[in-house]
Amino acid sequence: MKEKLTSLWQKLFGDPVRAFGVVSLVFLLSLAIAPAKNYFSEWRHYQHSYLRMIRNRSDANTLQRHFQGGIHQIWLPELGVVDRCTSCHVGLKEASLTDVATQPFRKHPVVPHKLDEFGCVVCHRGQGAATTVAEAHNSTLAWEQPILPAKYIESSCGQCHRGPMLGTPQLNQGRALLKREGCVHCHTIKLPDGSPIQPNDDPPSLEHIADKTTREWIYAWLRDPQSYAASATMPNFKLSDDDARDVSAFLMANSAPLAGDRAKITAKPASDPSAGPSLYGESFCASCHSVQNAAGNLVGGDVGPELTRIGSKVKPEWLQAWLRNPRSYDPGTAMPHYRLNDGQVATLSGFLLAKTDSDLLANVHLDPATPEQIAHGKRLVSDYGCASCHEIAGIKKPENFAPELTRIGSKPITQLIFLPGMQHTLPEYIAGKIKQPRAFSPGLKMPQYTLAPAQIDALTTALLSFNERSFTLPPSLAVPGVPESDYQPAGKAGKLMSDLACFSCHRISGHGGDMAPDLTWEGSSVQREWLVQFFKNPGTLRPALIRRMPRFNLTDGEITELTDYIMTVYQNPAVDRDSMPLSGYPQGQVELGRQLFYGKYSCQGCHIVDTKTDKGYIGPTLTHVGSRLTAAWMYQWMKNPQALRPGTIEPNRAMSDEDARALTAFLMSQKGGAKQEIAKK
Amino acid sequence: MIRYGSAVSAFVLTVLAASCSHKGESAILPKPTAFGAAVVESSGGKQLAQTGSLLPQPVVVQVNDEQGAAVTGALVEFAAAPGVGFDPPDGLTDSSGQVTTNVSLAGMAGRYQITAFTFDKSHKRLELKLEEIALGYQETLGRRLNDQYCDRCHNSESTVERVSNYDNLEVKPHPFTEGDTLNKISNTDLTAIITNGGPALQKSALMPAWGNTLSKTDIQALIAYIRAVSDPPSRSAGPTYARR
Repeated sequence: MKEKLTSLWQKLFGDPVRAFGVVSLVFLLSLAIAPAKNYFSEWRHYQHSYLRMIRNRSDANTLQRHFQGGIHQIWLPELGVVDRCTSCHVGLKEASLTDVATQPFRKHPVVPHKLDEFGCVVCHRGQGAATTVAEAHNSTLAWEQPILPAKYIESSCGQCHRGPMLGTPQLNQGRALLKREGCVHCHTIKLPDGSPIQPNDDPPSLEHIADKTTREWIYAWLRDPQSYAASATMPNFKLSDDDARDVSAFLMANSAPLAGDRAKITAKPASDPSAGPSLYGESFCASCHSVQNAAGNLVGGDVGPELTRIGSKVKPEWLQAWLRNPRSYDPGTAMPHYRLNDGQVATLSGFLLAKTDSDLLANVHLDPATPEQIAHGKRLVSDYGCASCHEIAGIKKPENFAPELTRIGSKPITQLIFLPGMQHTLPEYIAGKIKQPRAFSPGLKMPQYTLAPAQIDALTTALLSFNERSFTLPPSLAVPGVPESDYQPAGKAGKLMSDLACFSCHRISGHGGDMAPDLTWEGSSVQREWLVQFFKNPGTLRPALIRRMPRFNLTDGEITELTDYIMTVYQNPAVDRDSMPLSGYPQGQVELGRQLFYGKYSCQGCHIVDTKTDKGYIGPTLTHVGSRLTAAWMYQWMKNPQALRPGTIEPNRAMSDEDARALTAFLMSQKGGAKQEIAKK
Repeated sequence: MIRYGSAVSAFVLTVLAASCSHKGESAILPKPTAFGAAVVESSGGKQLAQTGSLLPQPVVVQVNDEQGAAVTGALVEFAAAPGVGFDPPDGLTDSSGQVTTNVSLAGMAGRYQITAFTFDKSHKRLELKLEEIALGYQETLGRRLNDQYCDRCHNSESTVERVSNYDNLEVKPHPFTEGDTLNKISNTDLTAIITNGGPALQKSALMPAWGNTLSKTDIQALIAYIRAVSDPPSRSAGPTYARR
């Protein structure tokens, strides 16, 4: 062995000339490594394949002209972008490459932003400066920001766009879920402007819970809220039998009775068994509350809680007191104060109390609570942060109960603990944590939510948008959302409107729900007499609508109060109600309007004027519109509907003044024997 | 030199490890207890989802025997272009002869061909091909605009929440899936009809002009959506991604 080595040494370095030659050769070879690496680099390989691909295309010349070899770079100092992605993704801007299925040569799909203004990593994440596939797309030791999976791409829109947009449904849904599922009760999320996201799920106060329900129900609910109502917002805290027993003991012992909740009604429910369901229907309870049907599907709205098993939950006296006036138990409730008489309260409560589930409480047997159990229950209530959501007498709402998520979208992977078998990426971690929080450690307090996979994706998308970049981007790029206004009507009418919970369905001056029409300009839009009649007996204006305004049994005084307020305050400065007459238009103009209605503008596609011939189901029925709307409103509406009600789907037809006036004349002639019809309902 | 050597060996090891793990994934398949004569679609074809996302409904396929009766215990595997995910990627048919899988589409907008296959008694491969549609940003925007402005007339299906106006119209609008008609109308003509209404191309005035309500970008997005959902597929909607 030694001899062999010596002879090799002799052969290579035996004499100076030989040694010089060998050493030169070695140096030459090692000098060639760098150029060779460059020559065999990935990006060059992709550029060659791109050139091969375009060679056989009909537009080869154009593509060849656009092509520039070498490393490409998009440099945007104010965004911190140094992106070399276009070195391999050569055809991103080539409109004709939509038919190419192989990456990295496909054209970039149409998005609202230009590549040269935003680069790539602002939306896609990844390592912009890298020039190899692995380093650009995956996390490496030096760089840990991998490419964002396509399903979360909308999170990048959310870095700048803080409000909902039509083109980002998943981001919008995720942001709405953060509020609606109560995530932000425990986790603080501050937007870059410093304002925290506010929840809107309105969890009930537990201060008088013993008036409302039994300890057995609380126990069953705590064990598994979804077994009572599949649609329940409250997550499952996976409490043991003993813990649920003690928490229910504490909540009952801690509850203070509220005067009025125990008053019994002497009135008898209606003897007709259909009276209950029909009162439930007439009151349009289903607009807000859902009930599971025989097929197991939820039917109804999701503003209020599901009522499938309500009879197994509430105490009869409480339900009656609630139906009489929900505001005495919960002043902030979204439920309107229906002015039901005692007979109606008895009928409706009888109907609701019959909605029971004998299985729910069948196996719940609780012995009277001991002081130790109550004390333990209190400790558990503090430990699990129940007061983050619910008002509980004697327990303060904890501050920062759960980790703040303001910059969760850029949390370093090194700070995360992954489950075995999990991909080591931030989106996977966030989604996994939402899906099964306790899997990460049995001692964690975060409860188990019942969310669909699409909801988890949406939440992950929203959370990823709360990242470092959203704080550091130039302020000129931020597109703030429209903040929810805190508009409140004033005076007696304002109090009445809170009592009737108008804002649960209607929107006025940027505040309120979207189930019913926006009333911001209602005073300019409708005729006073119609509004009075509508309050007395609300009919539907749209033939295909299943939701409709309930009748609140208002007194004449209340109706006058509301009507006066609406007619005076909710006026659009651009519409002068008295500038056009309500009737007396020349017959010729009315006739011209009719021709325009059925001809040029074909309004009958969406509206009904003559019930015998017209069938349009989309817009409101116009048989009585001459007794409902003011002529001035109608005229302005024809000219530009979106100016009066942004987002309304009636197209702006850019009508001439003459056409708009003729159509107004025609529609104002549609009085339809209004009084008679309304009386008939 | 030593550093290069170690880098090369590390690379070789990684490649080996990757190929091994790949083999490992496809190796464990449930053993079929029966074989069918055909695999047919039960539900889940022609769905829409955003790129990279889960289809709203699972894909359900059924294996039948020669008489058309459901076969229990046949092995069905799913395959598609890289990036398409199946949960689970294979399974044995249940008592009603069906296998259900949740499908998430890959990151590029366009059509994805999904293949469900099983083997018959003589180990002949039986295939079923389904198509699903992934919507990019523009098509998603178009879809939302369609839901808001177009769908009530252009879609004849009614739900309790949303009653269709289709049957009420004297001249029937074209459903956006009606590729036979819509694929023949150029983008320029579609833009003209949406912007200026039906009469712009001597069509019904029941189609109003949207040019003052929707922006140019909105209208382009709507056309992209129409092209994406068209059946048979529109040529301008791009390629169909299938298994390599």
